[in-house]
Amino acid sequence: MTRVGALTALAAFAVAVVAWKAIVVVGGLPPFILPPPEMVGARLAEAVAEGTITPHLRATIVEVLLGFAAGALVALVIGYGLARSALVERVLSPYLVAAQATPILALAPLFAIWFGPGLESKVLICALIVFFPVAISTMVGVRSVDAGLLELGRSLRATRFQVLTTLEIPAALPNILGGMRVGVTLAVVGAIVGEWAGAREGLGVLVNLARGSLFDIPLMFATLVTIAALGIVLYALVVLVERRLVGVR
Amino acid sequence: MIGVAGGGDSRGRVTVRDVALTFRRADGPLHALDGVSLDVAPGEVVALIGPNGSGKSTLLRVIAGLLAPDRGGVAVDDRPVTRPDPTVGLVFQEPRLLPWRSVAGNVRYPLELAGWSHARREARLEELLALVGLEGAAGVRPSQLSGGMRQRVALARALALQPRVLLLDEPFSALDALTRERLNVELLALWSRTATTGIVVTHSIPEAIFLADRVVVLSARPGRVLADLPVGLPRPRAMSTLDEAVVSPLARAVRAHLEPVAA
Ligand SMILES: Nc1ncnc2c1ncn2[C@@H]1O[C@H](COP(=O)(O)OP(=O)(O)O)[C@@H](O)[C@H]1O
Ligand SMILES: [Mg+2]
Repeated sequence: MTRVGALTALAAFAVAVVAWKAIVVVGGLPPFILPPPEMVGARLAEAVAEGTITPHLRATIVEVLLGFAAGALVALVIGYGLARSALVERVLSPYLVAAQATPILALAPLFAIWFGPGLESKVLICALIVFFPVAISTMVGVRSVDAGLLELGRSLRATRFQVLTTLEIPAALPNILGGMRVGVTLAVVGAIVGEWAGAREGLGVLVNLARGSLFDIPLMFATLVTIAALGIVLYALVVLVERRLVGVR
Repeated sequence: MIGVAGGGDSRGRVTVRDVALTFRRADGPLHALDGVSLDVAPGEVVALIGPNGSGKSTLLRVIAGLLAPDRGGVAVDDRPVTRPDPTVGLVFQEPRLLPWRSVAGNVRYPLELAGWSHARREARLEELLALVGLEGAAGVRPSQLSGGMRQRVALARALALQPRVLLLDEPFSALDALTRERLNVELLALWSRTATTGIVVTHSIPEAIFLADRVVVLSARPGRVLADLPVGLPRPRAMSTLDEAVVSPLARAVRAHLEPVAA
């Protein structure tokens, strides 16, 4: 990011915090409805210091990363198949759309029953939620390869593998990474939902604890801020990879 | 240039025998070529001229092995063409550059696909960039180049594997007149140095006469050979060669074959 970009982002953040504070003051809201930003900030610092948040954050990160990797990997393969084979598309697409249309919220409890409260159910939910945007963007990307370039490859007698590595993947990369941007943020949502449905640790569990048995609303907000920050960091990572791989064309 | 001495030098004879090709389209069959025959001697340059849709691009694709004819056949150096051969170089109307690669990356592309070693590849790359005057632009992306520069890159890429035959499909038609003229002069010089057989599709009668040893006129769809006219201008040629006395009657003859269609 440029200096100006960084300053702009910082300014926007400051505006948001001030607006938050203004709502609390003007609305006269009690902390159990909306705690003011400085209270949430203090609670976050305290929670980090006493080690309340870190184990949960670590658990969620592991779920998101494993789920994202698994979901994206399968999506790349299936997305390629969808792009290159009419048969694959005809057979698979109804199921893909059906799986996407089924609310993850409804599936999460089922997965918790089937796979238990451990890592597996959350990874599966993350993978499922990541799958669709990455598969569709891969399909669109691979289909977008210029027919003229494919003919060039054919005239140079490129092998199937060479066409894949030198034409299809580079051409589809911007689309694929766009799908991954969406996918990685959805993966965070998937992990939290999965944790709500049944887990021993994770930021979703902490939200539930803070809201319920602990009734510590500032902690709940501190956890929400952590979740948002995780989403932002992961998104930024994908953007970074995108800059490195796609760059200027 | 017809009848260049035999042996190692006589690479690049193109024989097109009675080629017919019909595209099966949703709105019915489309007869693109109907019995085209053509002989191009090693080192000879033939210009193909004809109205739009007369099957010129289709004929080049058949010669390049990208399309199989329904009838007849093509041979390069007496070997039947059944699939693309990288020693037949192709330049399309659009440069068709890989936008994510630099100029060097694009010129190197055929060498990579062919599995050349790094050292050989880089050496050949140098030669090719010098050949088309792109030494200074090796690291530049295609999007930063002018249309003329892009077509130079495409030309260097087509020459990468030292083709026996170079097929050019309206290579400079998208460029402005001055750039086009300059590239034609360079193409001619290049041809004299590489002794590659050439078939170039063009819409311009002066361009055809300037570049070629023979001008072949195709009919409107389905494409058939209407006329095969020798140019007979000495080489080396310059732009001023087009002012010579033989040119106007020749241009008139070519136009005579095109006119009934254009009317
Ligand atoms: N792949 C294809 N499928 C169907 N029709 C085609 C295809 N390629 C070319 N044609 C048709 O064949 C005819 C000849 O095309 P083309 O060889 O491109 O002509 P030219 O290059 O002389 O303008 C045109 O009518 C064109 O629409
Ligand atoms: Mg054409």
